[in-house]
Amino acid sequence: MRAILSSAALATALATSPALSQNPQDFSQIERGRYLSILGDCAGCHTAPGGKPMAGGLAIGTPFGKIIAPNITPDVDTGIGAMSDDQFVAALQEGRGKGGQRLYPAMPYIYYTKMSREDILAIRAYLNSLQPVVNAVVADQLPFPLDQRAVMIVWNTLNFTPGRFRPVEGKSAEWNRGYFIVEGPGHCGACHTPKGILGGDKTKRLYEGAALSGWFAPALTPDARSGLAAWSVEDIATYLKTGANKWTLASGPMADVITASTKHMRDDDLRAIATYLKDHGKPARDTAKPLAGNGAAMKAGAAIYKDNCSACHRDDGMGAPGLFPRLAGSANVQSRDVTTLARVVLAGTRAVSTDAAPTAPAMPSFSWRLTDGEVANLLTYIRNGWGNAASAVSASGIAGHRKQLASPN
Amino acid sequence: MAQKLPHKNVVIVGLGWTGSILAYELASAGLDVVAIERGPWRDTAADFPPSTSPDELRYATRLDLFLRPAQDTLTFRNKMNETALPIRSFIGFLPGNGVGGAGLHWNGQLWRFLPSDFKLRSHLTQRYGASALAADTTIQDWPVSYDDLEPFYQKFDALCGTSGKAGNLKGKIQVGGNPFEGARAAEYPTPPLKQPYAPTLFGKAASSLGYHPFPQPSCNLSEPYTNSLGVKMGQCTFCGFCERFGCGNYSKSSPQACVLPALMRLPNFTARTESEVLRVNLDSTGKKATGVTFVDTSGQEFEQPADMVLLCAFGLFNVRLMLLSGIGTPYDPTTGKGVVGRNYAYQTTSGVSIMMKKGTRLNPFISSGAGGVVIDDFNGDNFDHAGLGFVGGAALSATQSNGRPISTRPVAPGTPAWGAAWKKATVEGYQRGYGLGTQGSSYSYKDCYLDLDPTYKDRFGRPLMRLTFDFHENELKMSAYVTEKLAGIARAMDAEIVTPHPRTGPYTITQYQSTHNTGGTVMGSDPSDSVVNRYCQSWDVPNLFIPGGASVFPQNHGYNPTGTVGALAYWTADAIKQRYLKNPGALL
Repeated sequence: MRAILSSAALATALATSPALSQNPQDFSQIERGRYLSILGDCAGCHTAPGGKPMAGGLAIGTPFGKIIAPNITPDVDTGIGAMSDDQFVAALQEGRGKGGQRLYPAMPYIYYTKMSREDILAIRAYLNSLQPVVNAVVADQLPFPLDQRAVMIVWNTLNFTPGRFRPVEGKSAEWNRGYFIVEGPGHCGACHTPKGILGGDKTKRLYEGAALSGWFAPALTPDARSGLAAWSVEDIATYLKTGANKWTLASGPMADVITASTKHMRDDDLRAIATYLKDHGKPARDTAKPLAGNGAAMKAGAAIYKDNCSACHRDDGMGAPGLFPRLAGSANVQSRDVTTLARVVLAGTRAVSTDAAPTAPAMPSFSWRLTDGEVANLLTYIRNGWGNAASAVSASGIAGHRKQLASPN
Repeated sequence: MAQKLPHKNVVIVGLGWTGSILAYELASAGLDVVAIERGPWRDTAADFPPSTSPDELRYATRLDLFLRPAQDTLTFRNKMNETALPIRSFIGFLPGNGVGGAGLHWNGQLWRFLPSDFKLRSHLTQRYGASALAADTTIQDWPVSYDDLEPFYQKFDALCGTSGKAGNLKGKIQVGGNPFEGARAAEYPTPPLKQPYAPTLFGKAASSLGYHPFPQPSCNLSEPYTNSLGVKMGQCTFCGFCERFGCGNYSKSSPQACVLPALMRLPNFTARTESEVLRVNLDSTGKKATGVTFVDTSGQEFEQPADMVLLCAFGLFNVRLMLLSGIGTPYDPTTGKGVVGRNYAYQTTSGVSIMMKKGTRLNPFISSGAGGVVIDDFNGDNFDHAGLGFVGGAALSATQSNGRPISTRPVAPGTPAWGAAWKKATVEGYQRGYGLGTQGSSYSYKDCYLDLDPTYKDRFGRPLMRLTFDFHENELKMSAYVTEKLAGIARAMDAEIVTPHPRTGPYTITQYQSTHNTGGTVMGSDPSDSVVNRYCQSWDVPNLFIPGGASVFPQNHGYNPTGTVGALAYWTADAIKQRYLKNPGALL
């Protein structure tokens, strides 16, 4: 059925798209583009929940305001049907929209620039095969002066290095494939790399983890405690494929990434990503030492844990694989930033459901039951129990998170 | 005017164990399936977070998960010459309400019936002669054997992750299991639960008397488990909030914990909640169901057309829908003719209260709904009934499911029911008091049945169902016998006070006994004494199935019904997939 729909859509696209210069029977290019669109998680932003594929409309929260993802179906008036191939390539490689106007970097062109013209035209071919949808999206909803797209010229000078992917000699083909996906279409750094004041990547702190949308995207560095050191290649690949591994379960924004993108990736690509992430040259920086267990906060936290948490996460902090995340040795628990931890305890969360891991268990909200001080002691305890080590958490810090969760904007 | 909905392959009435199993099996086989559920959507994550689910007042006392009589109820009488009156407060048995049904609020005790239970009448007649059976008993052989169902019991175990110890593996008796059970093809999916103190004492005492104690098969799991649908379950924490509660720890098997995560991912399955099915619609021949009519909470009626109708409601309500839809001949107790409503049966329960010696600390709050130790020496026909004057039997057990503060207040006999003396006694009794139990068979009789009430109607103007039931002498004799055996074990536990409470008549709906209401649309080999055939297919309307609700039991045996309900659900799903879909029509 899908095949029939696609060819019907393709026929429409042929009639409406002046830009389609490829052989209309060349489905291999469309398939290549479809897969690249998965690597690039295009649907993550351009398909609104419950909306038509790639028809836009999802509001993307940024620290500067909301940006609405545009319609990238081949509709001529409201989609990208009227764009030329050159314009489309310029958008992805250089952040230049139709007529040369600048795109906002919520569109991750600073990563997509690693893709070749052929890759990008394959994506174009795939998008052209979709049903054109009439959906006019007003993308710009930023306040002055950011609503002036010319501002992005300055931004790009500071934060953007255009250029195609070049394999690193001496590294395996698998590693280089991972390098391409992570740094290119996968745009992992968009969430996992800390941002400067202007929202550009802090290039000296690549993949050290960053707070966004009320979550902390954890570090993808080789740090023993807060990074990926403890995760094997298999652990990483399994997590990206299923949303769950022996350590944890995905929820929050990563659940969306897994649902729209990584679970559809080929197993060899997931292993390539993992291989690269396990070896991307970033030195470990963890220096935390465990807090003494007899401190007042640790003792209080242990008691709160016993009463509220141990039924699922167990006395030994080991949880149950695929159901209750393990806290002992958890990178999330030992992250320098407790945004995710505070959120999960205060507001609860629910794991992603995939075919391979359908359970989607939930963490309940404890905001009604635990005070700021109790949450702080609890987090201090789990961050330093079972051999974990991380900074203590303050009640005032939790108060801030509670306030933020109550009114996220 | 009912609004007509798009046609589906299958419409399922009720989304509990049988509804969710059939929905998964048929939707994953490619059929378009819709389930219509009269109660609300209920989900572990949203409805039973462990931070709020152990709320005794809300769930155990105020019965949050159960049917409200204002929604629907039954009328009840003991004898045919009495006038039945509406049950205005469910106490004696508690029908569930909402997604998960009884599979949500159960304790999780997962049993199989004995091989001899499935050929009850012929077995008893052969062993004791026809005269051993009461003249008015209507017990009959099941149209399926234990061996027929064994692979499907197995499938249900694999779904639930049942914790237990096999007593009979492929015919070889196993130490530590139930030596009386039918042969299992495989060990339980997970090992038995650890036993709290009181069941441990019970097991020792039972052994000392030469009985064969074993851990109760439990759907409160002993360890984490990934079930046959890839869904993960957790380890039971012995919190003691099982029966009447949803489990927030994902450790009690239920449609929510075991099926829905996989089922809800199927794009060709839809659940419609808070929608009550009013009737099954038939075509002009009366031999074919065309779908169902249901009403939502706004009062809007909908017609859901479908190729097949599956009645998967709680047993009592399957019977009522058949009667209201005019499918099959209603049972007439005076002539014994007709089948719909026939062979209602229940469960014969009793108990022995014990008070252990001073200083004993039973810690009853360490418990789970299906933990505990049982003996099966006096169940079914596991013992010689010659000269006893009754047939049937019971499981004898130490399986107290909780030590919750509102409901668990054991006191010594003679204690005032309130005031300072009661308060003092309840503090003293908490650690020493315990309730041992029997759960016995309830055979069917000519005058125990279900029909439509001539007087009382529900909020939609439909007649309420009338329940006519009382205990018969056979069951009361059986209860007296097994309760005394249980008291013997209690004495061997060295209890200071042993108080037997054998079941006595008449049956009352004002004291909780069991929610194991069975029969009314029983399965059989002959349309003259059954509503559905051995594939749970209606004899009269072949595209209607009742896939294993307890309403298909010809009588009830000395075990919880859910294991057999689940096995029959898989058995029916298999028959539909392997036989019916290839050639829709009567399978027999």
